[in-house]
Amino acid sequence: MAPPSSRRSGFSKKAQFSLFTGYLLAGAGALLGFGLLLLSLWQPSAFAPLRGLAGDVVAPAGEATAAARSGRNDLFGGISGYFRAGSQNAALREEVELARIRLGEAEAIKAENRRLKALLAMREGEAKPVATARLVGSTASSGRRLAFLGVGRSDGVAPGMPVVSERGVIGRVLETGRISSRVLLLTDSESVLPVRRARDDVVAFAEGRGDGLLRVRLVNLGINPLKVGDLMVTSGAGGYYRPGVAVAIITETTADGGIARLVAEPSATNYVAVEPVFQPAAVAALRDPRVPLDNTQVPAAETAAAPGDGEGR
Amino acid sequence: MERLNPRARSDPYGSRINRTQSPLRAGSVPYLSIMLSSLLPGLLIADVMPLVPPMGFLMLMVWRLMRPGLLPLWVGVPLGAFDDLFSGQPFGSGIMLFSVAMIVLELIEARFPWRGFWQDWLTAGTGAILYWLAALALAGGPLTRELLVVAMPQALLSVLLYPILARMVASLDQFRLVRARRIG
Repeated sequence: MAPPSSRRSGFSKKAQFSLFTGYLLAGAGALLGFGLLLLSLWQPSAFAPLRGLAGDVVAPAGEATAAARSGRNDLFGGISGYFRAGSQNAALREEVELARIRLGEAEAIKAENRRLKALLAMREGEAKPVATARLVGSTASSGRRLAFLGVGRSDGVAPGMPVVSERGVIGRVLETGRISSRVLLLTDSESVLPVRRARDDVVAFAEGRGDGLLRVRLVNLGINPLKVGDLMVTSGAGGYYRPGVAVAIITETTADGGIARLVAEPSATNYVAVEPVFQPAAVAALRDPRVPLDNTQVPAAETAAAPGDGEGR
Repeated sequence: MERLNPRARSDPYGSRINRTQSPLRAGSVPYLSIMLSSLLPGLLIADVMPLVPPMGFLMLMVWRLMRPGLLPLWVGVPLGAFDDLFSGQPFGSGIMLFSVAMIVLELIEARFPWRGFWQDWLTAGTGAILYWLAALALAGGPLTRELLVVAMPQALLSVLLYPILARMVASLDQFRLVRARRIG
């Protein structure tokens, strides 16, 4: 397509000046963007209020898509079930027979489970959640893995609070708006989480790799004790997360730890709970080490593991 | 006298008698469509990898390529700022990259005034890949090899999306210029 003739400035001084001004403004805009970019890389939370305001505006639309997402499976399942009703009958009868056998096996597994859970000392339902909400969206086009949550300051959510689903840790609240907040997911490349192996006390850091897996780095180097299939849980170090929440399962071992897969995938969850910060006093002390700890008892192990607990950006 | 074809006095934008284009619609459709495209990726949950192409940027490029001169040269500043609020990139990266893209597209147009579909696709595809790389590098986290590998489908999708977006923008442009306002 040919450019419209009105875009050629020709000998008209006015057209030449307006063209020049356009270039000047665009160049100034690029420079302004560069300056703002440097500022936000240096101070990641500089524009948090602006983003919070914007998040509040679109959160209702996100609620709608979140509801559609959770209803989607039922809809497609219903339609396909309608078409395959006849052939399903025979298949189901066969399946019931098999299920009876499996039920017997499950009883045994249940007993074993109870025993193993006692062994793992996994404590559940310890903290009362601040709020329960849906994940309403995420930064699907960016290299950062942030999710948007449908609750904010007005529900008592504050930056730093852990976000968990019924399966395990999802991430941590990064910025809050009035009715929405941003969550740093575990898979983000800036996310660092202190973890330990569920059955003993092998401590490590779980870092997001940016590709959906976590890199588990052992604190004590030496012979790598990790095995494929080990469950890693939060250790409680750093004071943000309560200990014993499932994080990831090792799928591959490396020289200094392993590669782990998430237990709680954000896209597969419907509702998530925002929990209060586990040890607010410890977190405050780590933020500003000069303030003396007068009446708070922080175990030495938690302060020792502090520097690795990434703040995230 | 036999009846004339009722559409004899019409063109693709509607009847030419008694009707004119709505200035509000003609002015707002490009901006609204670009801003809606910026919002779109935020409504999806992508927990593993960046998957959805940068829709706002692609839409801006397609509008710019299909309708030269419609968007002012400095439009990257407001549209980039809007995109930054929702994209998860650090604030300012969109402003800078959108503005630079507008200037570069202007220079390309000055160099090649007569363009066709395939050249536009080449321009938009190259632009999309450069934007993809720059956005990953400026995202605020380390640019790891794994991140680059898992983000490959996003780059491929952004390039392949051009023909569809071009058709979409063409129909939006038709909608924009429909004679909807009644005179007198």
